[in-house]
Amino acid sequence: MTKATSVAAAREPGSRAVRTRGLSKSYGKGVLAVDGLDLDVPYGAVFGFLGPNGCGKTTTIRMLLGLIAATDGTAEVLGEPVPERSAVALPRVGALVEGPAFHPYLSGADNLRRLDAVDRTTDPATAEERVSAALDRVGLVAAARKRYRQYSLGMKQRLAIAGALLRPRELLILDEPTNGLDPQGTREVRSLIAQLAADGVTVMLSTHLLSEVEQVCSHVAVMHKGKLITQSSLADLRASAVPGVRVETASPEAAAEVLREEGLADVAVAPGAATALLGGAEPEKLVDALVRAGVPVRGFAVVRPDLEDLFVSLTGEGFDVSG
Amino acid sequence: MSVAEASTWRPHRRFSTRFYRSELRLMSLRRRNIAGVAALAALPIVIAIVMFATKPGPGEGPPLFAGMLDNGLIAALAGLGIELALFLPIAVSVIAGDTIAGEANIGTLRYLLTTPVGRVRLLAVKFASLVTWIFAVVAIVGFTGGLTGVILFGTGDMATLSGTTIPFGEAFLRVLEAAVYMALCLVAVGAIGMFVSTLTEQPIGGAVAMMMFVIISQILGAITQLDWLHPYLISHYWTSYIDLLRDPAAWDQVGMGLLSALLWTALGLSAAWARLTTKDITS
Repeated sequence: MTKATSVAAAREPGSRAVRTRGLSKSYGKGVLAVDGLDLDVPYGAVFGFLGPNGCGKTTTIRMLLGLIAATDGTAEVLGEPVPERSAVALPRVGALVEGPAFHPYLSGADNLRRLDAVDRTTDPATAEERVSAALDRVGLVAAARKRYRQYSLGMKQRLAIAGALLRPRELLILDEPTNGLDPQGTREVRSLIAQLAADGVTVMLSTHLLSEVEQVCSHVAVMHKGKLITQSSLADLRASAVPGVRVETASPEAAAEVLREEGLADVAVAPGAATALLGGAEPEKLVDALVRAGVPVRGFAVVRPDLEDLFVSLTGEGFDVSG
Repeated sequence: MSVAEASTWRPHRRFSTRFYRSELRLMSLRRRNIAGVAALAALPIVIAIVMFATKPGPGEGPPLFAGMLDNGLIAALAGLGIELALFLPIAVSVIAGDTIAGEANIGTLRYLLTTPVGRVRLLAVKFASLVTWIFAVVAIVGFTGGLTGVILFGTGDMATLSGTTIPFGEAFLRVLEAAVYMALCLVAVGAIGMFVSTLTEQPIGGAVAMMMFVIISQILGAITQLDWLHPYLISHYWTSYIDLLRDPAAWDQVGMGLLSALLWTALGLSAAWARLTTKDITS
């Protein structure tokens, strides 16, 4: 993987592993599956590509991989315009698109051999070695000779990841890689992604699982109904989240009154608690004011919204399938 | 690899037959295909045995076969000729229908294309393996028929349709020419079938559509009122191989048949190319 690292280091600042400008795809008239996407995936990032099912993530990935043609806009992968120069870019890209797909009556190892055989840019002399290494990396050595049709969903998913790791890659585009895995498998795949990222591989991870993004990603982009709503580093996104205060008390009305007097916005009353946005107020002074006003304070907390709250505030709705 | 080289990474593309060999392996390992070829290979044996059992005595029976039954190679030709009417086109339709639609159906098409395999290369390799399969099957069917025939009827002179006889060596050459001619006619079916296969994600749907095409072509070919249409039908010249059994061999219809096969093949390949290179792969 040192190869990938040195390549990443050689890039000019500002260059991107994936860059799209105004990328759009419409199916039929007027229905935009992807609408003017400006995506920037920095080299070395673990880029969480987040959005509900049906929001256009997979369509975007298919355009990056040259499977479907964009209606409008441009895309670059590893600095090469796609699909024009896919032949140059894609050997360095490992991809998992919309779940695993293999020949059911071939064994796992034979399926990987076939994938390697169709790649003209690999060395046939090292094929066996690379197939075993890839199987080993995803923990499938024991099932290597089993027919693919007998694999469980989790094993299929692992085999697809092994396929993406058949040769050193600079970029991995993984669409829902933990789909169908048990908790143990999920943890293994996440730690595998972390290892690869540490080796300098850029990872673009499409998911609808917020927890996955929180655990493994350095950057995040949120897509909703074909549009990009936000993209930034995870740290920046968290910092942009507005903290709130929560006062637990037997007299929430009185507490709310005090918070209003202190000039806090969005004051709300709930059974047994009052909440508001912290804004520029100092939490210590708020506690002091509450106590002096005789509010029986049972608990006081500064609450940072988690990713899910942020997501709801960005999309204005819950994390459901968008039409 | 130095940094300077790395930033201008270019793939080193080898010339390799690995994809082609992988295709042949996939085709030949599939149980459905093995069973199909076994059935096709068994039929000429049955035909040879029936011919032997019903062999007319001297001066009896239909003149075509009666004089020919001193040479077992006729069984190879009879087997191939009978299968060419229906069984071989069906088999080719099934295999051709599988080429692209089979990969699309199980989703492996997207992984082939992202490897990346260029779409033109994909078609080229699929077609090359299809042609190989067709020639292999024709060879197997001819071989089992010929071998059974030689065992049953021996290696005497073969009577031609012109009434003369030709020695075993020349008869073998004629049968070989006829088999190659039939294989090339089937390649045309394969090329059209491959185009149909780019239109669908259901390999069996593609195969059925192709079979219908062949059968309709044969039905239209049997309607004498449509004789102006006949030369344009894919199946029109298939039976012309029989001209190779004249003395001397008559090549004019065979030549037209080869031209027809070539044009149908070119049509199928161009249409498949036009379709696959512009298609959105959403499977």
